[in-house]
Amino acid sequence: MPENQSGEIQEVDTLLDSTLDSVDTAEMAVLKVAEEIGFEEDDLHAIGMAVRESMVNAVVHGNRYSSRKKVQLRVLKSSDHLTILIGDEGAGFDLSQLPDPLAEENLLRQSGRGLLLIQAFVDEFDLRRREPSGTEVKMVKYLAKAS
Amino acid sequence: MSVKLTTRQVGDVTVIDAAGRITLGEGASAFRDVIRDLAAKGDKKILLNLSEVNYIDSSGIGEMVSGFTTVTNHGGQLKLLGLSKRVKDLLQITKLYTVFEVFDDEAAAVRSFT
Repeated sequence: MPENQSGEIQEVDTLLDSTLDSVDTAEMAVLKVAEEIGFEEDDLHAIGMAVRESMVNAVVHGNRYSSRKKVQLRVLKSSDHLTILIGDEGAGFDLSQLPDPLAEENLLRQSGRGLLLIQAFVDEFDLRRREPSGTEVKMVKYLAKAS
Repeated sequence: MSVKLTTRQVGDVTVIDAAGRITLGEGASAFRDVIRDLAAKGDKKILLNLSEVNYIDSSGIGEMVSGFTTVTNHGGQLKLLGLSKRVKDLLQITKLYTVFEVFDDEAAAVRSFT
C-alpha cells in the first residue's frame, strides 16, 4: 500500500455499526497495528483507552446507537507513530461549549470526562466537522515520545 | 471480563471488593446497582476495594462519582482502597483525588471512618 506525504501507510479503513460491540472491535484493530509498530504495554493501554473513549463518543453521543449510521475507523502507521481517525455521522458539537470537567463546580458531574482522557493519552488530538454531518477525531501517538 | 462485585462486613464498614473492568455497559451499571442498594438499606460506611480492577473508563469513573454523591446524600461516606497506578493516574488526570479519600491499607481505611 502506498505511503502518504507523512510517510504513513493506511492499515485499516472500515465502517462499524453504532453498537458497543464496535468499541471492542475498534480497540482490537488499533492495538494490532500499534503492536506492529512496537508500542509497549503502558502505551498500548493508553492507546486502547483513547480509542475506547472516542468510539463510545461516536456510538453513544454522535450516532446515538442509530442502526442507519456508521462509525468510520481509519488507522495509519509509520515507523515512529500511529494515527487513528474515528468519524461519526452525528449532529456534531462545539468543543468550546462543553463544560470543563476540571472546574470545581463540575468535578461531581457523572459524565463529560471522555475527551479529557483522550487528550491525556495521546500526543496529538484534533477534532473536525465532517460533511455533510458528523465529527472526526484524529489522534496521534508517537513511539519516541511514548518511551 | 466485566466487573465482579462482592460485599463483606468489617465491623460496621461495608467493603465492596471489585474485580475486572468497570466500563460502559454491564460493568458500570452493576457497580451503580450495588452502591444504590447499599445506600438505600442504610449502609453509611462504604469502602470500595479496587485492587483487582485493571481497567476503568470514563463511564466507570462517572459511576464512582455518582456512587460517592449517592452515599454522601444519604449521610454516609464512600472511600477507595487499593488503587493500581493506572487508576491513580486517572484520578490525577480528572482531579478526583481531591474528592475521594484513598487508602493503600485496608485496616487504616476501616479505622478512618467516623
